[in-house]
Amino acid sequence: MIKVTFNTADGEQIVAEGTGGSMMELALENNVPGIDGDCGGVCSCATCHVHIAQDDFAKVGEPNDIEKDMLELTNDVSGTSRLCCQVPLSEDIDGISVTVVRD
Amino acid sequence: MQTKNSDGGCGTPSHQQFEGEKSKCPMSEHVMGNVSQLDDPFTALRQGDGVLDIDDQGDPVKMVLGLKDVRKAAHSWQLFQSGAIPGRIVVPSEVAIRDVRQLPFELDPPAHKGFRGLLEPWFKRPAGKAYQDKLTDIVSIMFDSILDNHTAINKRSSPEMVTHDAVKDIALVLQSRALTVLINVPMTEAQTWINWGTHVFRSDDNPLDASKANVLYDYLDEQIAHAKKAPGEDIYTELLHAEVEGKALTEEEIKGIMILTFAGGRDTVINALTNSLAYFSENPDALNFINEHPENLNSAVEELLRYFSPLTHMGRVATKDTQVAGHDVAYDSRISLCWASANRDESVFESPNEVNLTRKANPHVAFGFGIHNCLGATHARALLRIWVGQLAERVARVEVVEADENTEQWGEVARKVGFHKLLVRLHKRA
Repeated sequence: MIKVTFNTADGEQIVAEGTGGSMMELALENNVPGIDGDCGGVCSCATCHVHIAQDDFAKVGEPNDIEKDMLELTNDVSGTSRLCCQVPLSEDIDGISVTVVRD
Repeated sequence: MQTKNSDGGCGTPSHQQFEGEKSKCPMSEHVMGNVSQLDDPFTALRQGDGVLDIDDQGDPVKMVLGLKDVRKAAHSWQLFQSGAIPGRIVVPSEVAIRDVRQLPFELDPPAHKGFRGLLEPWFKRPAGKAYQDKLTDIVSIMFDSILDNHTAINKRSSPEMVTHDAVKDIALVLQSRALTVLINVPMTEAQTWINWGTHVFRSDDNPLDASKANVLYDYLDEQIAHAKKAPGEDIYTELLHAEVEGKALTEEEIKGIMILTFAGGRDTVINALTNSLAYFSENPDALNFINEHPENLNSAVEELLRYFSPLTHMGRVATKDTQVAGHDVAYDSRISLCWASANRDESVFESPNEVNLTRKANPHVAFGFGIHNCLGATHARALLRIWVGQLAERVARVEVVEADENTEQWGEVARKVGFHKLLVRLHKRA
């Protein structure tokens, strides 16, 4: 199982575990507030924006150009912003902590 | 309160479309080619100037064509506003025929935020299972009636000859029935809206005809009056009891919200449903692929939305002298964000004119972009996923018998956006 801790905009902490799919799908399965995933994961809507914890960012890695372009025009972007539909659940990211940007 | 007319915010095709080229193809399937093809007429202009200047009733519009330029302009709401006089951000302009401000899309922040925030939870209901179950029933009933020849709409034909107009008999009916779920009124209301025809917001020969849309205004007056007397669980009741910034909504504001709800999702959803039938008629392998690999349903629907781009563009008004895509834009002049062109931008999408149902990253703008992105998108996506899913599951082959294309004319550019009529036969899976 791969574990991800979601910290929501209103301070709630949701620890979610999954085996595959994307981090966005994991958030939806666990009803994480602020993660809507409207477009179903094709990087078109930016409703799954998270800030990866600084210490964990290297595990997740940089966004590709398409995601970067989306983030450029998304509100509240930080140096560790990712659209979590573009982050596959893999052993590499097991145990990371992220903060949900939207409320 | 003046209520002259509305042609609807989103989903308003060009009035010039009626002068546009129409092609009737009353032929057999064997000679019926390219019915599903939606060419990108903006390619050369996008690669060249990046804009297209068109006239619109003496109020010109600079259409912005590249994806990054479109997104940037959509994001810059301070510079390119939506809260101009009502009807001006729609192209063709409805300034001459309507006074009611459509909400929330003809507002800028901060006023926009209050209305959007009020409506957001209601319009996100389609993400829930109970809502989707209702849409599933609506779509199932449609397929039951089409695929059972004994109850087919065209009863006089022999079973093998039964045809349906995808626009009038299928898309309009589905769109109307699904809308009853969105505004939470009895299904029987759908028949009233179906009876209005596809062109309730304008006459066939004059898209800027003020009298035609009065049908909708009068209807909304009645519905609001009814909800006052007999409160229910419908959107009218919800809005009558709602507050924005501590103030109750005026009837004009409620009407502004409802006109957008009715108009924004009408032509757009009808085009998407109809175009999907045209697409699968020439791509039966795609239908089989989705049936065999339903895990691709979501990416398939997003890709069809990108390819169809049911709404060609939406306007904005410059709040000061500025630039877009390297071109000067004067204070108080209009630009438009051309979603259809942006969705074929070869600098972002690989093979942009091909439908790739498994396209992974697909940053399309079929529902717009930024703070004014389509409020009805959750509903539209849910309906389309259920529609395409059942189509793939239940239909082996879509046969097009006759097609009358709906082509818009934007300056020198003609864009096919859908069909006035698409006669189809659906062959069920064994």
